[in-house]
Amino acid sequence: MNIAVCIKRVPETAEAAVNIDSSEKHIIPDQLVFDINEADNYALEEALLLREKTEGDITLFTVGSKESDEVIKMGLAKGATRGVRITPENLDNLDAYAVAKLLAEQVKEGNFDLILTGCISSDVGNSQVGVTLAELLGIPHATLVIKMGIEDGFATVQRELEGGLLEELKIKLPALFTIQTGINEPRYASILGIKRAAQKELRVIENITAEGMKAEVVKMYYPPVGKMAEILEGGVEEVSGKLCEILKGKGLL
Amino acid sequence: MNFDLTDNQKLVRDMVRDFAEKELKEKAVEIDKTQEFPWDILKKMAELGLLGIVVPEEYGGAGMDFISLAIAVEEISRACASTGVIVAVNNSLTAYPIEHWGNEDQKKKYLPLLCKGEKIGAFGLTEPNAGSDAGSIESTARLEGDYYILNGTKRFITNGGEAGIFVVFALTNKELKHKGISAFIVEDGSEGFSKGKHEELMGIRATANCELIFEDCKVPKENLLGEEGMGFKIALGTIDVSRIDIGAQAVGISQGALEEAIKYSKERKQFGKPICEFEFIQGMIADMATKINAARLLVLRAAYIKDKGEKRFSLESAMAKWYASEVAVDVTRQSCQVHGGYGYTKDYPVERMFRDSKIMELYEGTSEIQKIVIARSLLR
Repeated sequence: MNIAVCIKRVPETAEAAVNIDSSEKHIIPDQLVFDINEADNYALEEALLLREKTEGDITLFTVGSKESDEVIKMGLAKGATRGVRITPENLDNLDAYAVAKLLAEQVKEGNFDLILTGCISSDVGNSQVGVTLAELLGIPHATLVIKMGIEDGFATVQRELEGGLLEELKIKLPALFTIQTGINEPRYASILGIKRAAQKELRVIENITAEGMKAEVVKMYYPPVGKMAEILEGGVEEVSGKLCEILKGKGLL
Repeated sequence: MNFDLTDNQKLVRDMVRDFAEKELKEKAVEIDKTQEFPWDILKKMAELGLLGIVVPEEYGGAGMDFISLAIAVEEISRACASTGVIVAVNNSLTAYPIEHWGNEDQKKKYLPLLCKGEKIGAFGLTEPNAGSDAGSIESTARLEGDYYILNGTKRFITNGGEAGIFVVFALTNKELKHKGISAFIVEDGSEGFSKGKHEELMGIRATANCELIFEDCKVPKENLLGEEGMGFKIALGTIDVSRIDIGAQAVGISQGALEEAIKYSKERKQFGKPICEFEFIQGMIADMATKINAARLLVLRAAYIKDKGEKRFSLESAMAKWYASEVAVDVTRQSCQVHGGYGYTKDYPVERMFRDSKIMELYEGTSEIQKIVIARSLLR
């Protein structure tokens, strides 16, 4: 079984201060640490686990700058077979549709049984590339997959719905799944794996222009700091009770 | 001139950093309290190839370079200094001398065990009366039939309490003094070999530091490392290598402490603003960062010279170890200072880092011994 995994290099912004450049359309990357998008890391691990059970290749695809080679190489070190980096000349202005279109043009050549992506990117968070790619390829898809099994040309996948409800689907391959975080425990590359990765193929596709953009970033900004305050009235016990309720409601307790 | 790491070295750094962040950072707090040897972590590290980084693949290692080893030790130590030195001792104080001076049988027998973490290694040189003056060891070994019979006591042995394979130094000829020292591979469980007092340390508390006691200890004669009388040469040659990694450990501790200082100084507010906006704090951060950068360059350059293999590197490894050690003590002290009173509590990791740093100036040769090595090298 041949598997394609689409991954993306993203800044880690959970604890870092993120600043916007003078164009007001991009963040300033200088002080940020970049890594593979979290959900994509789970998608990669799912592919590696599947490959341990069946024969076949894993091809990694990314749309990004030369720096994205880092995440491709780490994926190769973990055990993927080859990597493809797509770097269009208008890389800075892509929307999710354009990214999916660039990926589709390469992925369709590969005759893949299964295509995995993360369910969401931690930087722009559209959750669009995976499903759009499936549509462009004309294959079925399922999103937010938390469990996956393959048998006789079909995939059985579990999806997480609202309110703790689970849904199980049987889908004919080839298909595309967007993988939810937590589905597995992503491995670390071994040092031997890192050594082996240096010999693996990393194909670079450049000198192309992405087309078909449907959305354009007009502006990135921080919302103005609000001045709203809610004054809690009552005795100490009553006020502290109300405060606890508010904090619980916001998920802070 | 090129200061860039190779792709592989960068990947090693990223992988080990990721591992250390996720698996070690919290563990470091726990094992500092309990002094528990981190076997579970070491098993995971063995799977990743971190216990035999420079050991050739044919003996179960990863066959990488000394720069990668230094990078890995730095990244591990950034999260946990105890684990950093455990890994350094396994790699450069045990596997390295066996790989470098051992015969084929010894390499085949012992290196895979060390690389896979089935046994952890330790280095038995220091004695109660032989610290800086390592040539004055008193332990003896005499050949009787198929065995060397070892007698003596080794002190302050990192990993000692949990290790299974020891490189031990003893006199096979007292008259020749340091030229009569020989090196042996000793397995835990050998007849006449026991572990003595466990040392409760100020820092690096999870390193199973203990005494080794040899009472008519029987070591098969095929476990002689190199030839009789080569022991002191093996010891010095090994320490030249391990000093690079102790330097890397010091850089890792320092880097961890700097990051804590930066983080805290942005969060902590006094006089109506984050303390990082005060120039005294900025001065400390600039001072720490610059010294760490200098120390790291010394460490990586020493490793680079070792990798090239063209010349001796005692001078460079002593410089790296000495400078990085002093930087570690200085930087962790300053990081505590940035934290104010909180830096003196166990609520923040800098308290542990400060304690962990002091050993850097003491083991693998005190700072004073490094300066002697450096000066002798220049005044020759």
